[in-house]
Amino acid sequence: MSILIDKNTRLLVQGITGSEGLFHTRQMVAYGTNVVAGVTPGKGGQWVDDKIPVFDSVKIAVEATGANTSVIFVPARFAADSIFEAADAGIPFIVCITEGIPVRDMMLVRNYIDQKGVRLLGPNCPGLLTPGESKVGIIPGNIAIPGNIGIVSRSGTLTYEVLYALKQKGMGASTCVGIGGDPVNGTNHIDVLQMFEDDPQTDKVVMIGEIGGTDEEKAAEFIATKMTKPVVGFIAGQTAPPGKRMGHAGAIVEGGEGTAEAKIRALEAAGVKVARHPEEIPLLLQ
Amino acid sequence: MKLHEYQSKQIFSRYGIPIPRGRVAATAGEARHIAEELGGRVVVKAQVLVGGRGKAGGVKVAKDPQEAELLATQILSMEIKGLPVRKVLVDEAAAIEQEIYLGITNDRAARKPVIMCSAAGGVDIEEVARTHPEKIVKVHINPLLGIKDYQTRDIAAGIDLPREHWKTFGDILKGLWQAFQDNDATLAEINPLIISKDNRLVALDGKMLIDDNALFRHPDLSEMRDTDEDAPSEVEARKYGLTFIKLDGNVGCMVNGAGLAMATMDILKFFGGAPANFLDIGGGAGAEKVAAAMRIILADPNVKAILINIFGGITRCDEVAKGLIAAMEEVRPSVPMVVRLVGTNAEEGRAMLANASMITAETLAEAAQKAVAAAKGA
Repeated sequence: MSILIDKNTRLLVQGITGSEGLFHTRQMVAYGTNVVAGVTPGKGGQWVDDKIPVFDSVKIAVEATGANTSVIFVPARFAADSIFEAADAGIPFIVCITEGIPVRDMMLVRNYIDQKGVRLLGPNCPGLLTPGESKVGIIPGNIAIPGNIGIVSRSGTLTYEVLYALKQKGMGASTCVGIGGDPVNGTNHIDVLQMFEDDPQTDKVVMIGEIGGTDEEKAAEFIATKMTKPVVGFIAGQTAPPGKRMGHAGAIVEGGEGTAEAKIRALEAAGVKVARHPEEIPLLLQ
Repeated sequence: MKLHEYQSKQIFSRYGIPIPRGRVAATAGEARHIAEELGGRVVVKAQVLVGGRGKAGGVKVAKDPQEAELLATQILSMEIKGLPVRKVLVDEAAAIEQEIYLGITNDRAARKPVIMCSAAGGVDIEEVARTHPEKIVKVHINPLLGIKDYQTRDIAAGIDLPREHWKTFGDILKGLWQAFQDNDATLAEINPLIISKDNRLVALDGKMLIDDNALFRHPDLSEMRDTDEDAPSEVEARKYGLTFIKLDGNVGCMVNGAGLAMATMDILKFFGGAPANFLDIGGGAGAEKVAAAMRIILADPNVKAILINIFGGITRCDEVAKGLIAAMEEVRPSVPMVVRLVGTNAEEGRAMLANASMITAETLAEAAQKAVAAAKGA
């Protein structure tokens, strides 16, 4: 068992012929992910590596291949359109890797897909990895081993750092989920915590947050009232100055809201062990 | 990106929002000329991208053009919170009966824009939110629908606005919503929106923040960017597609990924050091970008050591190593460098740096401790 993706995932790649889309499609195939189709408007009829058919639209690709999950590598100015297209074509789970989508576009996307009951992961995220089974997105497959620890994170490389630190100690992951660093995203910490709570393969959870917004505070309340599995936390950005966007569009302390201190306090009050630096996480899980 | 008051008000005006007559001036002579045109009393307002201009003496009323020139001379020679005043706005003075706050921003948690309005306007709205939250009316807007007439009436009633003003207020609010939408704003604020002594609604002050991610579809707004509020190193970094934020410490940081960059700064502090900057070289950074990053870090005289922490995923460690070697030949840094390369092509990267007299580290904790020690000259 795992969450969101597994061996039955039939993946479609939107933007498959772009340089990033192509590179990561090959990486995903090499990892064992079942990539059944690609979409690049205007390039329908081509094949990628003689194995993956390319279609002009998501609708045609879904009809032809039965794709049930989509991953998006489309440039920021076109990415919202790609999410709408996937949602309208009946894809129930969409992963958007693209960074830099305007927040107005994401407001429209989020309000629209909520009405349709479609799940979006990201944008501005590394995707997700179920070690040994499937990966959707860009998390390097070789830095994690299968195990019983569920990981949910707003970061990319910081998550890799944690997976790698766990692997060094022989600890493995059930699924690792990157929810992305944007202020308006599709899936938040609480959604994934609920899935890990329900997943029989997951025994412990690592939650990696960062400054900005109140997602971690809400997650703390959820952990205190709804979760039975132990959670270890880490919050990045204790040394970040207020009012400055720390790389991620969503990583900003505004009007006194979203500080690392407030998040750490909320998590500790909820019984979460909070690591002082990433390499402490495996120790707190033992 | 922040817009100045005069820029924000010009945009508001295009959406039918009444603003005072007035223009912006870069010299005291121009300010005098504008005051002559306007006639009567004028307000001379410093145009800087920080709050608290009034308290700092950057907003003054002049009774005639001579005084306007004198005040403009003073204000144009000021620095407010470290920012030079390069322009003043000269507006006709208003007789104020009541001050209202009206703003639209994005509510992250609700995933919807939210209108905030208060009869207690003219002051810092965050202060009102802290001390008298009941005095702020909040209404969320479904972005798929846009603002509805009944919502404008609910807000007007919520702040006890006299009924005679509801129609005009509704038009102003709908104009502000359209300005917010069309310009990809993350904040559009009128503070204060006044009821004047002669019973008109006027937007006396205006502020807009624009979503940097949306600037590609607003070339007109991109041109308005005032880089005074950014450190020169931050402006330079932007040219190379690097995200750089200057801090006060003495350990320069070069990291790939925003979350890891923050965590690297934090661990320096944990081990008793202080980061000199936030720097994310991004995913897949090549040698040229790495070299630019190195130059920008070394331009800060406070930097006593550099910590380079690269977790190779898309980014290849050998590419980073190539950039570091190129940068070192060019810049010849005199400060010690601690390098940690993990992940894609880390072995190759480390081999390339073997002769480059750098301090290497295996773990993040080890790298941070070595960098802190190096900065202290240990």
